[in-house]
Amino acid sequence: MNTVLFLILFPIVVALLLLILPQPAVRKVIVVLSTIILTVASVYLVVQYFNTGTVFFNLDNQYIDLGIFAIEIILAVIVIGISLKYKQYLAGLLMLTSAAIMIWFEGSYGEEIQTSYNLFVDNLSLIMTLIIGIISSLIAVFAIGYMKDYHHHHKEVKDRTPFFFFVVFVFLGAMYGVVFANNLMWLYFFWEITTFSSFFLIGYSREEIAVKNAFRALNMNLLGGLGFSIAIVYLFINAHTIELNMLPELASTVVLLPTALLAFAGMTKSAQMPFSSWLLGAMVAPTPVSALLHSSTMIKAGVYLIIRLSPVFAFVDGGSMVGLFVAMVGAVTFVLTAFMAISQSDAKRVLAYSTISNLGLIIVCAGIGTYQLMWAAIMLVIFHAIAKSLLFLSVGTVEHNIGDRIIESMDGLITKMPKIAIGMVIGIAGMFLAPFGMLISKWAALEGLVTANPVLTVFVAFGSAATLFFWTKWLGKLLMVKERPLEFQSKVPGTERFTLTTLAILTVGVCLLFPLISKYSLEPFIASIYNQTYLLDQGNVIILLIMVGLMVVLPVGLSFTYKNVQYKPQYLAGLNTPEKEKFYGSLGLTREITMRSFYLENIFGESKLFKLGVVISIVLIIIMFGVGII
Amino acid sequence: MSGNYAWLMVILYIILAPFIGGLIAGVDRRISARMQSRYGPPILQPFYDIFKLMNKSSIAVNPQQRLYIICFIVFVIISGAIFFGGGDLLLAIFALTLASIFLIIAAYSTFSPYAYIGAEREMLQIMAYEPMVILTTVGMYMVTKSFNVWDIAMYDQPLLYSLPGIFLGFLFILTIKFRKSPFDISMSHHAHQEIVRGIITEFSGTDLALIEIAHWYENVFLLGIVCLFFASSPIIALILAIIVYFLEIWIDNNYSRLKWQSVLGSAWIVALVLGVGNIAYLALR
Repeated sequence: MNTVLFLILFPIVVALLLLILPQPAVRKVIVVLSTIILTVASVYLVVQYFNTGTVFFNLDNQYIDLGIFAIEIILAVIVIGISLKYKQYLAGLLMLTSAAIMIWFEGSYGEEIQTSYNLFVDNLSLIMTLIIGIISSLIAVFAIGYMKDYHHHHKEVKDRTPFFFFVVFVFLGAMYGVVFANNLMWLYFFWEITTFSSFFLIGYSREEIAVKNAFRALNMNLLGGLGFSIAIVYLFINAHTIELNMLPELASTVVLLPTALLAFAGMTKSAQMPFSSWLLGAMVAPTPVSALLHSSTMIKAGVYLIIRLSPVFAFVDGGSMVGLFVAMVGAVTFVLTAFMAISQSDAKRVLAYSTISNLGLIIVCAGIGTYQLMWAAIMLVIFHAIAKSLLFLSVGTVEHNIGDRIIESMDGLITKMPKIAIGMVIGIAGMFLAPFGMLISKWAALEGLVTANPVLTVFVAFGSAATLFFWTKWLGKLLMVKERPLEFQSKVPGTERFTLTTLAILTVGVCLLFPLISKYSLEPFIASIYNQTYLLDQGNVIILLIMVGLMVVLPVGLSFTYKNVQYKPQYLAGLNTPEKEKFYGSLGLTREITMRSFYLENIFGESKLFKLGVVISIVLIIIMFGVGII
Repeated sequence: MSGNYAWLMVILYIILAPFIGGLIAGVDRRISARMQSRYGPPILQPFYDIFKLMNKSSIAVNPQQRLYIICFIVFVIISGAIFFGGGDLLLAIFALTLASIFLIIAAYSTFSPYAYIGAEREMLQIMAYEPMVILTTVGMYMVTKSFNVWDIAMYDQPLLYSLPGIFLGFLFILTIKFRKSPFDISMSHHAHQEIVRGIITEFSGTDLALIEIAHWYENVFLLGIVCLFFASSPIIALILAIIVYFLEIWIDNNYSRLKWQSVLGSAWIVALVLGVGNIAYLALR
């Protein structure tokens, strides 16, 4: 239990230290040391508990509850103050409503609320611990070099780097809180802190657009938080519990509405339709923030909660209907955001849409909630976290070197910045290609859905086709072999190089080691809930590993054998100039070859699909609540 | 099925598939010629072409393109081997997709406008047929309760009876996969090419020969999937495959090439109507 408390509290202490010691050199030392400590502590926790099954901790102390309550009130006052200052009354109103509900709840039932277990550890929270601990630490290290560059590039933004790191570490502490909390009041507390942290990070630059997008994120997440608080009150009044582990154990229809409300909170947090726009708006923040939000914090908290609710959907009478509509929201989001990603040329927007899309698939799995789909959902979380952080940080690095983050500008990155390009190729391959991770999970998801609900496979079929299109398009651009421009100089700080290399190795490593992760962590966990577990077919695992091996070995082996080749310039209908990649155009003018990808705006444009998605998902969410009430 | 038998099938596939695929291509060219009132080349012409290509000197735009081509053919062979070795049908299809992506990357890597447009069109084609391919495996699973190719093949009733919609949908996208008109927008054999030869513009000699051989492997694999629809009686399955291929040749010779919008639109509509319709029927039954 001490390690658990340490993981929650240590980042907060570090955050305060970073705030009072603003010198860059000191900050660098503190960040590097504390991330090492966090990583070690996370791994230590895993070693401690990975064989013990679920362990609950009591930690019953009224002062803690009182402290949490006090902090909640203070934060609410601060947020309401800020929203008044920026005349964003909706955020203030939502905050006020949630706070009023909680104060009333504490006031009327505070005496009665009894919890047997406030914290717990099981294999799912251990997996989340590793994701938060390792990936967020790497991102924090990356941010040291990046933020220096960022302020170098953005002179107009006031340098508030100490505040930036303060929020990042508070965020981490809150994330640990989210994954260890069993007491829903505590979970709600940490949940709201992640909302506020992301609000401050998105609005970091304090430019008009940043403030606007920060408030959009705040509004949507506070709406989810409101749902969360209503869920707690309803659950306590009707079932006399506020403990997460009791939801499936009660196995009564009383938990259906709270579950639907919690799933709703999860959807807002993981930016499902109709709430997807906040995550896209979050792009205005510095790149490490995007990487954090997309891979190891925020949105992962949303799907984490919904995965926790899976057994309710699977075991509680009537839960499967609620779960079906949760899954439908995920399915619609999965397909439509994958489509919209096709029409995007801004690399970060493509990544954002693909994140939302992948989380949609996770929610499809969690909503149906059979043991096989839970396996797929957790695997998707793991692979997505690693590959996506690698991709985001690479895009950030490339942006600082080539001046923008438009995919069209990444033509021939393999010749300009070969190491970064290879990292990105690994990340992209990890996101969608067989034999890499995401595909294994998608495969399991498809197999699970065929047995559970074949009609949902249709969404997967169309969604994956679109996924293939936008990733391949990008992959091809990166791997074009072009002449390296003479004047091009790339500069990547050491901290960034370290993070990118480690993440690339982790991506490949997890692809190779996933059978072990499955065997020692996932399978026992799922067996403890469902009494049966998803076993990977040995033969298929071997074939997959052979394929991964080939992908690694082939390039090395072949680089020695390709000889006696004449190199000629590309076919340009007989009009090549002596200079490569140029041709004689009309009137004898010399022109450079330029090529633009298909974006299929007319079919997959945001303007049409987004509205469609909003309408469908709102209808589905309303039905979800309806089913929960009945 | 015993493991040894599986290995025998895999080895037979690896050795025989290029010969069968080449013969099919030869017959294809002869029949096409007859449909156009020509005499046509000898049946073995595709093999002569390959030998000729192999003896050409190697010309390339960059040192990486052959690597991608070799990955392409290796993964085409792996996908067929998974299929004929009785493995997981989904896995075989994912491996085939991976192979196609290597071909696209090869074209991209050349930084050639013609290859580039071909590659983009190839991606559109993949996006067009992929849903139907996945729905085909889903349909087969729903009937036989297995993704294992042998379990599907051993199912005691012809799948065609319960999967008529899926079968027709699969036939439709087969036209794309066989690179037949009207769906050969990324690469075409005929004289009326719009974009040199699209995705393979920059490949010559051995590289081109490898692409051709990979295509033969792929065709045999695809006809293998067609046979699955009637696997309970192998002879009828074989006749079915022959009829299907003849039909594709007939379509190829009777329709002109479509725009990409029509390729994507028609393939998705077919997948939605025939594929999803069939699956919905099976789910409700």
